[in-house]
Amino acid sequence: MSPFPRGRTAIVGAATFGTGMSPGYSPSDLAAIASSRALAEAGLSPKDVDGLFFVHSVDTLGGMSFAQYLGINPKVTNNNRLGGSAFQAMVEDAAWLLDVGAIDVALIAYGSNQATIGRAQSKTAPPNVYEGPYRPTNPITSYAMATARHMHQFGTTKEQLGEVAVAARQWARLNPEAYMRDPLTMDDYLAARMINDPLGRFDCCLVTDGGAAIVMTRADRARDLPKTPVHVLGAANTTTHRDIMAMPDLTVTGAAQTGARAYARAGLTAADVDVVEVYDAFTINTILFLEDLGFCPKGEGGAFVADGGIAPGGRLPVNTNGGGLSCTHPGMYGLFTLIEATRQLRGECGDRQVAGAEVALAHGNGAVLSSQATVILGAPATV
Amino acid sequence: MVHPDAEFREFLAEGRFMLQRQKGGAAFYPPRTIAPVTGSEDLEWFEPSGRGTVYSTTVVRRKPPEPSYNVCLVELAEGPRMMTRVEGIDPAEVRIGMPVVARVIDQDGQALVVFVPENAA
Repeated sequence: MSPFPRGRTAIVGAATFGTGMSPGYSPSDLAAIASSRALAEAGLSPKDVDGLFFVHSVDTLGGMSFAQYLGINPKVTNNNRLGGSAFQAMVEDAAWLLDVGAIDVALIAYGSNQATIGRAQSKTAPPNVYEGPYRPTNPITSYAMATARHMHQFGTTKEQLGEVAVAARQWARLNPEAYMRDPLTMDDYLAARMINDPLGRFDCCLVTDGGAAIVMTRADRARDLPKTPVHVLGAANTTTHRDIMAMPDLTVTGAAQTGARAYARAGLTAADVDVVEVYDAFTINTILFLEDLGFCPKGEGGAFVADGGIAPGGRLPVNTNGGGLSCTHPGMYGLFTLIEATRQLRGECGDRQVAGAEVALAHGNGAVLSSQATVILGAPATV
Repeated sequence: MVHPDAEFREFLAEGRFMLQRQKGGAAFYPPRTIAPVTGSEDLEWFEPSGRGTVYSTTVVRRKPPEPSYNVCLVELAEGPRMMTRVEGIDPAEVRIGMPVVARVIDQDGQALVVFVPENAA
């Protein structure tokens, strides 16, 4: 196997569009506007795209639909349905394909109008017939059981989960693009109604619309484009199960594998990461991923986030846009972690900017902790 | 082919909770046409002990008067885990590690495997 093309490809454009409520826009409209703006950042347009990586919230043949929408005839059309981790897996695929010269410009895009049309209308995957009769209200039932198991094994507390929600909101309050910017206190968090024990209202991500896109090309070409290139240093993905009944250990996600593989490819460790963006569908996700990605030992995620550990001014900047919990969550949030990481490494983040950030980690999660995918990004000085 | 899903349902309709395993090998659930990991097509049905322990649990909260209910994962003595629920106690009293025993019940005309606490069995 050839080594991962560390630093030899880069993100050269990144944009979001309509990330709150966007009535009137279809998923493809939202993705198309974000794509056009991401390409424009790189001085490119749809006609330059020869590698199309696309996820439509409901159209499972969306890759072809979106090629048609853009009016392009790509050499590679990737219609990955891994869910929220699809985009990190696409970055990995695009890096390999760009590096061998199979494609020259990769567009990775997503669009969803789930908030406008309702989540029931946005579902594409039928429930497992061996889970359905027990009436889980997935995805939350599955995440609630992962949370309960973590509390049982490691003594993680409801207040520690609350720290994740409160920190996300504090970051969101520094981000003009975030959808939820009202103050959120621990008292508010603890008083919220329970939905699936031990998860309550503020343990759950938002339901929004939104489009997003990033553009990748080879590093030699990236140097001549307008924006500071954000290099792909390492990437890896895995699948451990589909349904929660088949997850090998509810306290250990596939991120333990993808983090280790992505760090090895990047030649870095968790200690080298300046800013962390992880897919926080529920508060337990942040705790699990901080552990599995090596920022603290297994079982100590609760203590790590306690006392404002991941809030602005804490020990590690995590989910600096406000995350899926407070910024935006159109259904498959992974691409937004890559965009926030890119903006942090470009130094574009205003009040929430992590000073001197040179290495960022963007981690995606699909379905019910089922697919995990990690990307490590670096500013030009890291290559 | 009689699909393994149909075989599973037919056993349940007779009140029998049955699992598949590779002959001489590990049990698995849900039913399949090949054994996971090994790919063996040499499978058989067998009657598990019906014993297990609660691996994790939650209470799905509904707006009153609709009752809240339990959903849990039970790790069977034979190895596989299944989504199910524990009946006969308050849903919030279901505990991780609790020993439980399988029961086949009728839910809206469909036979279904649920569990009860071992000390209530």
